[in-house]
Amino acid sequence: MSENKRIILSAKDIEVQFRVRDNYLTAIRNVSLDLYDGETFAIVGESGSGKSVFTKTFTGMLESNGKITNGSIMFEGKDLTKLVTDKDWEGIRGKKISTIFQDPMTSLNPIRTIGSQITEVIMKHQGVSAAEAKKQAIDIMNKVGITNAEQRFDAYPFQYSGGMRQRIVIAIALSCHPDILICDEPTTALDVTIQAQVLQLIKDLQKEYKFTTIYITHDLGVVANVADRVGVMYGGQIVEYGTVEEIFYDPHHPYTWALLSSLPQLGVKGEDLFYITGTPPSLYNKIKGDAFAPRNIYALKIDFEEEPPFFKISDTHYAKTWLLDPRAPKVEKPEVIQNLHEKITAMTSEGGAYYVKQD
Amino acid sequence: MSNKTNEKEVLLSVRNVDIAFDNKTGIGKKRFRAVKNANFDIYRGETFALVGESGSGKTTLGRAILRINELSTGEIYFKGKKISGKLSKEDDREVIRSIQMIFQDPAASLNERATIEYCISEGLYNFHLYKDEEDRIAKVDKALHDVGLLPEHKSRYPHEFSGGQRQRVGIARAMIMEPELIVADEPISALDVSIRAQVLNLMNKLKDDKGLTYLFIAHDLSVVRFISDRIAVIHLGRIVEIAETEELFKHPLHPYTISLLSAVPMPDPRVEKSKKLVVYDDSGRDLSGEKPILQEIRPGHFVFANDREMKEYDAILKEMEAKEAKQ
Repeated sequence: MSENKRIILSAKDIEVQFRVRDNYLTAIRNVSLDLYDGETFAIVGESGSGKSVFTKTFTGMLESNGKITNGSIMFEGKDLTKLVTDKDWEGIRGKKISTIFQDPMTSLNPIRTIGSQITEVIMKHQGVSAAEAKKQAIDIMNKVGITNAEQRFDAYPFQYSGGMRQRIVIAIALSCHPDILICDEPTTALDVTIQAQVLQLIKDLQKEYKFTTIYITHDLGVVANVADRVGVMYGGQIVEYGTVEEIFYDPHHPYTWALLSSLPQLGVKGEDLFYITGTPPSLYNKIKGDAFAPRNIYALKIDFEEEPPFFKISDTHYAKTWLLDPRAPKVEKPEVIQNLHEKITAMTSEGGAYYVKQD
Repeated sequence: MSNKTNEKEVLLSVRNVDIAFDNKTGIGKKRFRAVKNANFDIYRGETFALVGESGSGKTTLGRAILRINELSTGEIYFKGKKISGKLSKEDDREVIRSIQMIFQDPAASLNERATIEYCISEGLYNFHLYKDEEDRIAKVDKALHDVGLLPEHKSRYPHEFSGGQRQRVGIARAMIMEPELIVADEPISALDVSIRAQVLNLMNKLKDDKGLTYLFIAHDLSVVRFISDRIAVIHLGRIVEIAETEELFKHPLHPYTISLLSAVPMPDPRVEKSKKLVVYDDSGRDLSGEKPILQEIRPGHFVFANDREMKEYDAILKEMEAKEAKQ
């Protein structure tokens, strides 16, 4: 990241509640995030941690029983939390902030041609003629790596493979040159080799179109591949954030430790893999103290009583754990993730298990 | 395939198996060959992984072993007895009992309107594998205990459990049949990272305690490396490489195996960001020479190649081995 970073979007103290029957579920608990222009920010966490819900507030796409109950999201001088109707969102959702969802089969309309689904977006947001929209659509189809774009323009989604469908979803999302692209588990439904290609494609397009990317994923390998900065989410909060190198090589929150430790890539054959005991907290009740405390083997007494603040580790790196308090006992991160880079390098270097000879 | 049966007992062998589906709607009405001439053995007590992408035929092959899919040609032997094709009623039941399955999505594979007790007992009911009620309950309790659940969970319903617990129930209902071989089709793909680790540990523990054998079907090489003893890589219905796990990771030969390895995302930003992707593309390959077959290039290491490619692979292997000998 360069020195003079421009903040493109700033979320402050966001709280989101869902009404479920007669109960309120607090899915997001006071999360703040500054997004810098041109960066790739990855949000990582388990299912139910709130990572999707949080980013849905940026495009006003919360389910109808959900509401932002606190906080602000500043984008281009506007507070996005104040927007209500679809009309308010016009010109932002899909145009300036686009989203790519996990499953390309459900985000495309199965009974309409690929071409018409791309041109629809272009015509709506740019007000151009059908002919011009088609030209742009074929252009962007070529960009995302669809061969014979002209012939495949009139094909239906079922005639495309999973990877190709996801490329079309990317094409639709990028057809209006958004400022921010939210990728919600964009490759989870894809095969590993296709995943690698799609990640590369998004990176290449980002270089060309210079948009800001938010990645939502549970896969730390994907995070390592794409991210400039990372936020780790647990129980509706970001518990640690920093540059990608800080998060992988110098993590401080016990939850980040646990996530990294349970990766099968680091597993030693014949030994048990590390795993996190218990289940994530119920978000129906008010959480006292640190949400991760009941599952945390390093939990201190205070973790059960009082919520920790963010402690500063460096200018870019913050973690929400009492372990960073000067009065806390000194705890080393677990053995498995110490010297991570050396371990992985040994695995991928010549003679290592994951070594692949490059030409 | 070589007969190294002197120390290891072959539990299951797949011989020249072809599985084809009639394509009734498609153009030309061609039969679609989902599995092409598959050959491999699974030894007792090992975890044998079948790795490939969607559409590679890995699940089809797994289902054929469970005798859900019919073979077009070839045979499958279990403990030396042919189990493909028609079987007598007793043999049929015996095979169903001894080869059990664990499914990918634990939420979809459990009857949501049945209690956990019923879900787990279902196989016992069907096969009358219990003396009396007391015996059945004792068996259910034991199965629950084996997978790390509590007896009081019996009266609950699947939706009351987390994903990891549900997968434990899925494992318990397979285990209660006292199987010898378990076909696990992507058993952890639908689970969260931290829960994956629990299920993998459990599967390893059961293998050690009960002497189980697994056919582990997966697409993720990093998981497979941790859990399996031997790996077969399958691409478009064709097994392209079989080797012991460490051998396959150290000396991958087939270009498809290499591309699959390069695609595994590693949790290390410096390594990931400097990585170059190897994309497998058949079109640029020199496919001259005679038809390739699955051949043994080193003891236990098979690769799908013709004689010309075998020579090339052998040269590559020799070079790698020489380098390692020096270190």
